[in-house]
Amino acid sequence: MDTLSEIRNQIQKWWSLVVGLKVTGRYFVSPQITVHYPRKTVENLSSFHGPIELVPTPENPRKPKCIVCLQCASACPSNCLTVVMKPTPKPSAEEIKAQKEAEAKGEKVKKSAPKELLNFTYDFTLCSLCGTCVETCPVGSLRFSNNAYLASTNKKDFLYDLLARLIRQAEGRGSISEGVNKG
Amino acid sequence: MNIGPFYVPMELIRIVLAILLLSAFVGINGFVLVYIERKVAGHIQRRPGPFEVGPHGILQTVADAVKLVGKQLFTPAGVDKVLFWLAPLLAFLPVFVLFLPMPFGPILTTLQVDLGLLLILAFAGVNVLAICLAGWSSRNKWSLLGAARAVSQCVAYEIPMLLALLAVVFMEGSLNLEELVNRQGHWPWQWNVIVQPIAFLVFFISAVAETNRSPFDLPEAESELTAGFHTEYSGMGFGLFMLSEYAYMVVVCCVATAVFLGGWKAPLFPGFWWFLGKAYLLLLVIMWFRWTYPRVRFDQLLNLNWKWLLPVSLLNLLITAFVMKVV
Repeated sequence: MDTLSEIRNQIQKWWSLVVGLKVTGRYFVSPQITVHYPRKTVENLSSFHGPIELVPTPENPRKPKCIVCLQCASACPSNCLTVVMKPTPKPSAEEIKAQKEAEAKGEKVKKSAPKELLNFTYDFTLCSLCGTCVETCPVGSLRFSNNAYLASTNKKDFLYDLLARLIRQAEGRGSISEGVNKG
Repeated sequence: MNIGPFYVPMELIRIVLAILLLSAFVGINGFVLVYIERKVAGHIQRRPGPFEVGPHGILQTVADAVKLVGKQLFTPAGVDKVLFWLAPLLAFLPVFVLFLPMPFGPILTTLQVDLGLLLILAFAGVNVLAICLAGWSSRNKWSLLGAARAVSQCVAYEIPMLLALLAVVFMEGSLNLEELVNRQGHWPWQWNVIVQPIAFLVFFISAVAETNRSPFDLPEAESELTAGFHTEYSGMGFGLFMLSEYAYMVVVCCVATAVFLGGWKAPLFPGFWWFLGKAYLLLLVIMWFRWTYPRVRFDQLLNLNWKWLLPVSLLNLLITAFVMKVV
């Protein structure tokens, strides 16, 4: 009985070699999984984490949600974000008078104007796509884009101006190779 | 015939012409086989393989060859210079002799040697010496290990190879390859593989091990010993080793075709195209093996030989002899 089971074992082992050949033979004639870039492009990139981009507000697609708190820039481990705030204008004489009147009435007055984003520069040559900025942003103003087709021969092409990109996307002028610094 | 004042025998002209053609054959094989191997590897792994150099990558091997030729022939410090540079030559030169008795077609045998098979087996053993010299002279302990493994592997697997061939030789009574082909019939059921299937299997496995191909490619062991015995070689030295590996593969497949698969004989339009076609089919199977099976561990390798292939081939030989004498 022992010899018989031994022999059966051996035959099974040798047969498994043939099964292996059948598997690779089937792979040889099946269609390729690799997408042959640049002749073909990948259809569904919705889950791809590409370079980050600004998220527009629902009311105004040309304006990002960004409140210029600069948490993303300080959280970034590679220091690739440069966020510049629009200088807030000083309140005019009428506005000061209106504020004093509102305070006298007992209403709450906002003394400072909401911060606005002037410039958001993103150096993709330093970015490691870790996503810390995306997680850190308190208003969700940053997200990963689906931009996979990024080849370029010039390092300057990867210094992205994200505000300009947002405006381009709002006007419908964004392209598949979005990311070239058209400024 | 007379060329000017000299008398040149026809056989010499025939041999010189054949050697030239065979050199071209070996060279072209080198290019084509490397390309086919990479394409087969790619398709088995469901990717394209080389694609950019030339249409569908057919010029890839040319680019690789140019790169290899252009590299500096660097001799590492402290190596045994004579042996170091002798090794690739020794690996490559016997290839020319190995193709001489090969019956490519009904009239396309260069040298009708009564001991053709023995000639091939004997000169294939020079490869073992070449590997030994390469590993020893490299002054590199990993190369030495690779060479030692290679030598023991090659020497071990020559025995079942010989015994498997011997079974067929017993049956036909001749070591002449042309004779062996002529005695087989045209139809597939008249080929020697039907009469001696175990011998064919044993020969094929031993041949794959003899040429250091996966799953028996421990001497190269790319993931363990860098490149084994040819670690220290650059440029054309490495190129010669690679070329000789592919040439030995072709030789071994041609021998298997001639002895077991009917050579150039076929039911429809027999000729040298059938010989080459069958040999290339066997080469494709060898490449298929490479990308299917994991590498065999060294003790498993030698176990396979001494515990399985050798007794099986001996048994096969005994049964053949018994049947020949009694029946």
